[in-house]
Amino acid sequence: MKSLIAFYNILKKDITNYYLKPPNISWGIIFPLSWTLMQLLRSVDSSILELLPGLISTSVLFGTTSMLAVTITFERSGRSFERLLLAPISLNTLMLAKITGTILFGMFNAFVPIIFAGFFINLSDINWIIVILAVFLIAVTSSLMGLLIAVSAQQVFEAQTISNFFRFPMLFLCGLFIPISSLPVFLKPLSYCLPLTYGADILKGAITSNNSFSYTLCFVMLLIFTVGLFTVSKYAIEKKQNQ
Amino acid sequence: MICVKNLTKKYGNFTAVDDISFDVKKGEIFGFLGPNGAGKTSTINMMIGLLKPNSGKITINEIDVIKQAKKAQEIMGIVADESNLYNEMDGFANLCFCGALYGMGKKERESKARELLKLFRLQDAGNRPFKAYSKGMKRKLTIAAALIHSPEMLFLDEPTTGIDVESSRQIRELILQLKNQGTTIFITTHYIEEAERLCDRIAFIVQGKIVASGTVFQLMNNVSHSHNINLITNKDVQDYTTALQKRFKEITVTVKKPDELVIKTAKRIPLLPILKFLHEKDIEVYEAKEIHPSLEDVFVKLTGIETSVLQKEKGGF
Repeated sequence: MKSLIAFYNILKKDITNYYLKPPNISWGIIFPLSWTLMQLLRSVDSSILELLPGLISTSVLFGTTSMLAVTITFERSGRSFERLLLAPISLNTLMLAKITGTILFGMFNAFVPIIFAGFFINLSDINWIIVILAVFLIAVTSSLMGLLIAVSAQQVFEAQTISNFFRFPMLFLCGLFIPISSLPVFLKPLSYCLPLTYGADILKGAITSNNSFSYTLCFVMLLIFTVGLFTVSKYAIEKKQNQ
Repeated sequence: MICVKNLTKKYGNFTAVDDISFDVKKGEIFGFLGPNGAGKTSTINMMIGLLKPNSGKITINEIDVIKQAKKAQEIMGIVADESNLYNEMDGFANLCFCGALYGMGKKERESKARELLKLFRLQDAGNRPFKAYSKGMKRKLTIAAALIHSPEMLFLDEPTTGIDVESSRQIRELILQLKNQGTTIFITTHYIEEAERLCDRIAFIVQGKIVASGTVFQLMNNVSHSHNINLITNKDVQDYTTALQKRFKEITVTVKKPDELVIKTAKRIPLLPILKFLHEKDIEVYEAKEIHPSLEDVFVKLTGIETSVLQKEKGGF
């Protein structure tokens, strides 16, 4: 019960202090909207439906990694994160509370291009349960990557630089814009090591039935990435504490 | 209450804390005094479970802090050397949030937050964002936040550094009030006067090692083996010092000012013969006072560090 009170209040604080602030709400709406418009204008021949998996994935990836990396680095530089580390709650509870806010923010970002697309096309053929599950798991893995970046960075600008160093290559290697089969041989193994590859493939399957892997394989891979990233992030925080 | 044994912390080749041991008794204020980089913050960080030592043992109320940090943290109130609350939240919300971190229910934490705002004379600022607080107010609220869950043990890292005189005075009063209520307090400071005024026992730490520890009285006795008596007279006594020294072989006379001299002896002696001697020379003594060494003198003698160095490091008193 005590852990639950702490979890809820950390989540509530993060949502109130960071995610519901006007600059972040506008970022959460304007960024996916701009991406969507840009892609629609550039790819006049493609149908909106084909673009939707890429737009959703990009929105979640950018929303989650930025927010968590920046907010935690910000709290670490002001030493308020130390207050959380010193509270009698487990590191697991603390990490879950910190990433839950970002996951919700990422999911909110994901639905901006969907709502926008709803004005132009019929979305009734989409498998929504699979889409929601995929969006959730992309948000979880991206948030955990943001957490890992936050642990490594000392300053907010440093966190943003490291985030971009990971995000942009991921976008081009995950098969969203360039099919994995068209990638140079030496880059292909790298594609299979990215959680976004599997998340984006599930979205392709649920939205356009054009997936390369089975849903089962993708969900299993995303769960493996979730557990792996959570463990690595926890280890990184513990190691940082002892330095 | 607290038992620290053979604690060592190294950062690469640098030994920040070097095999230190000490105890803190229940209900006392224990002061850790030393210059910057002496190992005070590393020690406190290990005691609160934020930093793992390379070797040694720390127990608080029989709880092994290294193995069961989270259990130990339940009974600790921790004030870092910076006021690290949330700028975006107001004073009341900050206190309530800190209560929630210790699993306190909504009603309980809200009532305790109101009580603490009153105790720290911050009621009027309770609904103002933390970022709008003055340095002194921020410090007070940070201490209040550490007390929200009524801890048995309070760790204060440099509680009055860089704040105004009035806030420092209030914080010192509150620390004494907490001690009277039975809270055990571990405090690190570089203000010698503060340590002397507040602490039941003090340890001096220099370059990671404890060079002396004990009560203020014990520390003073350790360095002072002589008795010094200051005499203030009605006229110039400089011409009589040789005669005085000749008449009383066991004393050493030093002239501080023309009408003020210091008599130093290895043991206590009766003053009347000296006063009579001076009276015969037509010199009247207006004041005679035994001079004790200050804690500052003790610190300088034991550590070889001038106290002005301590205060310059943190921006003055």
